[in-house]
Amino acid sequence: MAIEARHIDKTFGSFTALRDVNLEVNDGELVALLGPSGSGKTTLLRILAGLEHPDPNPASAVLFEGQDVTRQDASDRRVGFVFQHYALFRNMTVFENIAFGLRVRPRKVRSSKNEIRDRVTQLLQLIHLESQADRYPSQLSGGQRQRVALARALAIEPKVLLLDEPFGALDAKVRQGLRRWLRRLHDEVHVTSLLVTHDQDEALEVADRVVVMNQARIEQVGTPEQVFHHPASEFVMDFLGNVNLFHGRIEAGKAVFGPLALDHAGAEGQSARLFVRPHELDIHRHRNGKPSLRARVLKVQSAGSQVRVELEAETGDALTVEMAHAQFRESGVNPDDWVFVGLRDVRIFTEDYSI
Amino acid sequence: MRAGRHSTEHDPAPVRWGLTLAALSFLALFVVLPLVTIFVQALAEGWSAYWTAIREPDALAAIRLTLLAAGIAVVLNTVFGLAAAWAVTRFQFPGKNVLVTLIDLPFAVSPVIAGLIYVLLFGAQGWLGPWLGQHDIRIVFAVPGIVLATIFVTFPFVARELIPLMQAQGKEEEEAALVLGAGGWQLFFRITLPNIKWSLLYGVILCTARAMGEFGAVSVVSGHIRGETNTVPLHVETLYNEYNFAAAFAVASLLAVVALVTLAAKRLLEWKVRQDGTGVAAAGEAREA
Repeated sequence: MAIEARHIDKTFGSFTALRDVNLEVNDGELVALLGPSGSGKTTLLRILAGLEHPDPNPASAVLFEGQDVTRQDASDRRVGFVFQHYALFRNMTVFENIAFGLRVRPRKVRSSKNEIRDRVTQLLQLIHLESQADRYPSQLSGGQRQRVALARALAIEPKVLLLDEPFGALDAKVRQGLRRWLRRLHDEVHVTSLLVTHDQDEALEVADRVVVMNQARIEQVGTPEQVFHHPASEFVMDFLGNVNLFHGRIEAGKAVFGPLALDHAGAEGQSARLFVRPHELDIHRHRNGKPSLRARVLKVQSAGSQVRVELEAETGDALTVEMAHAQFRESGVNPDDWVFVGLRDVRIFTEDYSI
Repeated sequence: MRAGRHSTEHDPAPVRWGLTLAALSFLALFVVLPLVTIFVQALAEGWSAYWTAIREPDALAAIRLTLLAAGIAVVLNTVFGLAAAWAVTRFQFPGKNVLVTLIDLPFAVSPVIAGLIYVLLFGAQGWLGPWLGQHDIRIVFAVPGIVLATIFVTFPFVARELIPLMQAQGKEEEEAALVLGAGGWQLFFRITLPNIKWSLLYGVILCTARAMGEFGAVSVVSGHIRGETNTVPLHVETLYNEYNFAAAFAVASLLAVVALVTLAAKRLLEWKVRQDGTGVAAAGEAREA
């Protein structure tokens, strides 16, 4: 186990940032900590790095490779940390930035000048910025700065690499390029990495496993496929991608949502919520025997990789359906048409558990 | 928008010239003229009289005392200013707002009151007076009192320069250095100090200028003993009260030179900060980017 956090609580005054959080990251894994802002993910990362301390609790501990580092200073933990706003040393060149972690080592364990130069050169090649070695951070673009920050963190051969919203300050195009590059880099370097992000696409694309956080707790841990297709809670379902939501209740062993009645165990009268993703809905001109809702087409938006159809169900609920262009042409749907919307994969959540 | 916006560049020429002239005449009347007068008066009886006035033993003693008091005050206030700015911008602690407010106290309090505080504390009739008397320690009407008063009046300068800058720069660079394994001193000398050096220097220069020029607080605790407890500004007053105008202005010209050097240094440092991008505005932009 490369990283282990046990029973971590953290409060700032009256605000609870983390409530009894437990986390395990395997050797060589890239794990994404995903959650909305204020869910505690950055605080957890800073506690792992030693930049914050958990609330005193004899049971709480942080372990790296099985070794308890809870009492260790940030400077002794040997973690690589990448900040959202890069935090490059503005008074040093790119080269000096990357060399910093090697230069501040105690004399006994410090590498020679030549070794440091070789290591930094090697890292500059890794981030494709050999030609920028003598520049200052202010002369670089955002994407370049973040690559330097990453090389600086990797220079000390960290036990774990912690990235705090590393692409959060960059524009969409650069973000996409950089996160693919980060994934390839991770496959090359294999350092255990924990990445904080509020962008579900980023988490699902980059990570081996995703840890979904909400309101100071971990909601679910799993592979991107698991959290996306088998969300453990309404929050996870809602946070990972778009959803259509219907409110209903349990009646005679069925979950009833207007004209829809679906088999679902639950106490009589218990309120239930049905979630279905836009791509898990079909549009038909006629009833086909499967559970479906009658709805009127409001708007068709075909500019994009998929066609988005917005509808209003006869129950009054708003619906969004996404489908491939070919499928849309086949359906021959136009605005103001009355159609039937079939539900393929639905998830029903009652008070506190789900199917 | 163009029609609605009133650009000052398009004001009629008479208005522009009128305003410029008014500003310049005001400056000439209240700043340049007095400054020139100091040097004219100082040299009214010739260069040799000027030199005599400055090299007279009492004047030299005043210069030595001023340098001593300013030297001690500047060193202590630099250490205090760094510590206070560090504490205020890097940590949360109870009483932080009180500290920030108290740092400004010397700006709010009349220097005369500052002097009186020390007389009331350490004077013969003061709280600690009897005890100090028994142990034969003189603070008021002696050099320690002058040093204390100077420290009091000048302690905001360094802290006030550093706090906004360090606030704008944030603590991320220091955290990055910490995680990379830097120790406390490495952190300070390699990261913090290079980022604040020009502002720190500017604060030190302002502090020095004020320490050398301080009159009110020092006047109260000094006792005006010629050659012993007279600083340069007090010596100027003594000479002036003795109708020794040329000598008074000659010594005063030294203070005027300190002021001019300070102004020049200020311009130079402002230019340096812009070059380096270590100013408050630049730090803000860097964080936005």
